[in-house]
Amino acid sequence: MSVTDIQLQEDLAHDDHHEDHHEQGFVSKYIFSTDHKTIAKQFLITGIFWALIGGGLSIIFRLQLGFPEMDLEWLRPMLGQWITTEGKLDAEFYLALVTMHGTIMVFFVLTAGLSGTFSNFLIPLQIGARDMASGFMNMLSYWFFFASSVVMFVSFFIETGPAGGGWTVYPPLSALPQAIQGSGLGMTLWLVSMALFIASSLLGGINYITTIINMRTHGMSFSRLPLTIWAFFITAILGLLSFPVLLSAALLLIFDRSFGTSFYLSEIYIAGEALPNVGGSPILYQHLFWFLGHPEVYIVILPALGITSEIIATNSRKPIFGYKAMIGSMLGIGFLSFIVWAHHMFVTGMNPFLGSVFTILTLVIAVPSAIKAFNYITTLWKGNIVFTPAMLFSIGLVSFFISGGLTGIFLGNSVLDINLHDTYFVVAHFHLVMGSASFFGLLAGVYHWFPKMFGRMMNDKLGKLHFWLSFVGIYLVFFPLHYIGIAGFPRRYYSFTSFETFNIYGDLNALVSIAAILTFAAQFIFLFNFFYSIYRGKLAPANPWKSNTLEWTTPRFPEHGNWIGAIPKVFRWPYDYSKPGAKDDFIPQTVPYSHTPESNLEHENELTKEEDLTGVEKAN
Amino acid sequence: MLNLIIVIAVVLIIAVIFTAYRVTTLVDVVKKDKNKSHVPSGNSLQGALMIVFLIAGIAGFFYFSMKEYDTYNLPIASEHAVVTENLFWITMAVTVFVFIVTQIFLFGFGWKYRYKESNTAHYYPHNNKLEMIWTIVPAIVLAWLIISGLKQWNVVTGPAPENSEVIEVMGYQYAWAFRYPGKDGELGSYDFRKIDAINSMGIDLTDQKGHDDFMPAQLVLPKGKPVHLKIRGRDVIHSVYNPHFRLQMNAVPGMPTRFWFTPTLSTAEMREKTGNPDFNYELVCNKICGKSHYGMKGIIVVLEQDEYDSWYKENQENSFLKLNPGYISQVPEDLKEAAKIAAGIENIEKEQKVTTAASSF
Ligand code: HEM
Ligand SMILES: [Cu+2]
Ligand SMILES: [Cu+2]
Repeated sequence: MSVTDIQLQEDLAHDDHHEDHHEQGFVSKYIFSTDHKTIAKQFLITGIFWALIGGGLSIIFRLQLGFPEMDLEWLRPMLGQWITTEGKLDAEFYLALVTMHGTIMVFFVLTAGLSGTFSNFLIPLQIGARDMASGFMNMLSYWFFFASSVVMFVSFFIETGPAGGGWTVYPPLSALPQAIQGSGLGMTLWLVSMALFIASSLLGGINYITTIINMRTHGMSFSRLPLTIWAFFITAILGLLSFPVLLSAALLLIFDRSFGTSFYLSEIYIAGEALPNVGGSPILYQHLFWFLGHPEVYIVILPALGITSEIIATNSRKPIFGYKAMIGSMLGIGFLSFIVWAHHMFVTGMNPFLGSVFTILTLVIAVPSAIKAFNYITTLWKGNIVFTPAMLFSIGLVSFFISGGLTGIFLGNSVLDINLHDTYFVVAHFHLVMGSASFFGLLAGVYHWFPKMFGRMMNDKLGKLHFWLSFVGIYLVFFPLHYIGIAGFPRRYYSFTSFETFNIYGDLNALVSIAAILTFAAQFIFLFNFFYSIYRGKLAPANPWKSNTLEWTTPRFPEHGNWIGAIPKVFRWPYDYSKPGAKDDFIPQTVPYSHTPESNLEHENELTKEEDLTGVEKAN
Repeated sequence: MLNLIIVIAVVLIIAVIFTAYRVTTLVDVVKKDKNKSHVPSGNSLQGALMIVFLIAGIAGFFYFSMKEYDTYNLPIASEHAVVTENLFWITMAVTVFVFIVTQIFLFGFGWKYRYKESNTAHYYPHNNKLEMIWTIVPAIVLAWLIISGLKQWNVVTGPAPENSEVIEVMGYQYAWAFRYPGKDGELGSYDFRKIDAINSMGIDLTDQKGHDDFMPAQLVLPKGKPVHLKIRGRDVIHSVYNPHFRLQMNAVPGMPTRFWFTPTLSTAEMREKTGNPDFNYELVCNKICGKSHYGMKGIIVVLEQDEYDSWYKENQENSFLKLNPGYISQVPEDLKEAAKIAAGIENIEKEQKVTTAASSF
């Protein structure tokens, strides 16, 4: 018998006799699992771990910014030599903190933690597949991420400290250990970790794309895919096209650092000597980095927007407004995100004509972003809105997305960016539009799909409390940064005392820091709710939010393989909420049009003729 | 001791959350019997909180923005800044309008369409006309903003006017160096291999034009005349930034950059305007460059034209070569005489002896 035959037989066995699944050991069930649901949870837990670290780091540097006089001696047990003898935070370690904060949040939390969790969890469940196309690659994807995490974590404990050149690690700063300590071993570890991370993200992405294209259940055409899946699909494609470019940028940087090449280095005199490198260009690195970097920001936000679409529609009890426009704008954003990167580089001295081109393209990308925001708001219009915690976080996301997106219009206009680039205005912009919005998408997703992940409910009241504290807190943290930015405060500054121009806003910075601490503290409400509910939460009903999508047709505790018996067929799009004439205010995707003559639209009545109803139970 | 307090605080917080959790679950269990709907109690409260947030947020936003207007809005001091400032506030008006309207709709709908047992949502999957409107209107508004922006961008990044004052600015860890062309009005070339502790900018003395260049400690600019900064970095990337002039350009090693602008207010005028007798324009480094990035400051002094002229005259007597006559040895033999004249080295005889003595070692 050939190998493929065996494979096939196993698959069949898997499909047909799912009930009597073979006993799995602890290791293959929880650790080296190939079940997409378990892998999703692994990504989620690791993401939560990193979010705590990343958030904790930001609290430390916010203490420095808000209370520059404060005695930080009490941090010595944790930070050791990084607290100076005067009890102050070391200025170089400050830079390492912001660098690690950025790297961790962008890549580990909002890319791996978000896409890794929800793409893995939802793709098979919502398209009607038993697992990912390759469970093994999927498992590898997690373990590469894990290895990457370990390497990054280790870099905190080395003598010269972690990388400190900013999350974008621009050379020459990141290439020369003479320039900053963090560019020694810390930077090497950063690069190794990112290489592993990229491998993880590619393994995951290939899997998501293949699964979505090939493994949709009967009737699940692309025009019936939930917007979550569309979002994950486009995200995975963006990742597949852009991450390799980051890898090459990192490789060239590794060559420059370790093998004496001059891709990014030229005419440098540092630490009392002229370096031999000539002919390279530091700006080349920035082009390569942002060729990934800009798509990356959409890799971070699109899954959150997909999750939000699903949650807002479900809880408004209305179809998402403009389903096609939503897909269209995501495709538009996806495409355009590859041709706007140089808006991060208006003042690098690149050709001003390029600056003009990128200004135009950048402001074009604002249009599909605006469409999405308008469509969310219209979805709420005349809805019957149920404020679950997930819904609250989704509404919060839309609010952040608008507030932060609007400031993009300033930044995208090159001539205005001259004065705003690298100030706190940019920090405010991307923390609202990307950081906070995407973080809220992650939380919304957890609240919404927790019942499917763990078979239990999270506490509703604590969820709402968590929302309000986080929502108000985040606005208090990031809104004031606009003023600070307009006043010209540069980002990545350890302190503002050297400059007369910046001797204002000490009080505002203190307020921001206090708000940051409170917001961070509020996350512990979530942590408690999350972990406690895993074990002690109320058992979840089959379809707690009365949702249309397929995942709610699985058992409370789905096994590997997801459905007992056959995979359900799909007959309609996922947004038939409050359809006129229907008995209930929702019609799951599994209900054929033939069973709902009372609510069918004209063209849907046509479709009833073609429906293949074998294996579909008649609802009463 | 402190650790103990932290531990106790954490335990207390967890206990509080836990109690809140237990109480709410118990209350829910009791309420469940009365409340048949699947919608958890307190739904309207959430809608109401949205309105509270909306009103408090907008009020706070306007209050703070107006009260602090003069604090965050630095006085501007260059010609192009007037135009970009105008565009900035037009963009502000447009975005604030959109911001307020969308947030009102977002939270307003939250309140207005909160769940009611008797209501049914309106099945409203799409409306092509609406969608066209909110594609086209933003596109037009954005096009208008872009066009206004690009017009000015072309001016700012375009060639500097003929009569500009050319000055070189170099960033290095963690300070700035400036070089003026001297009597001949032209900067000499430089070579990074020539840099050392004294010749910090690597002036290449084989180029005659550099013999009279001088390097003052501050960036001194004439008011009302275009200034053309030639910018470079010596070790890592820095950024020449000053918010009053709306000036920013990266200082990149190996890739010279430039920026030109016209200062419109002298330092003295600015001192009067701000009521701060110690006011100085500061040259800020705005690209992360290492440990003391936050302390990388230069002073910019803007003088009236006549003051500037006399400052220039005085300072061109202090050419680099004159202050460091030892470097004459780097000047090619045939240019030495001319170099001394250009640099203003007076006692030619004596210097010659020193250098010949030096070279005969
Ligand atoms: C409305 C559309 C948007 C426009 C026109 C826009 C424009 C810009 C521009 C021009 C910059 C560079 C600013 C500078 O460094 O001087 C920027 C920075 C940034 N934007 Fe946006 N943006 C938009 C939406 C978004 C979205 C949706 C995200 C993420 C989800 C995002 C994430 C970021 C990030 C992370 C940075 C800063 C990166 C860094 O320097 O560390 N932006 N944006
Ligand atoms: Cu970008
Ligand atoms: Cu700097």
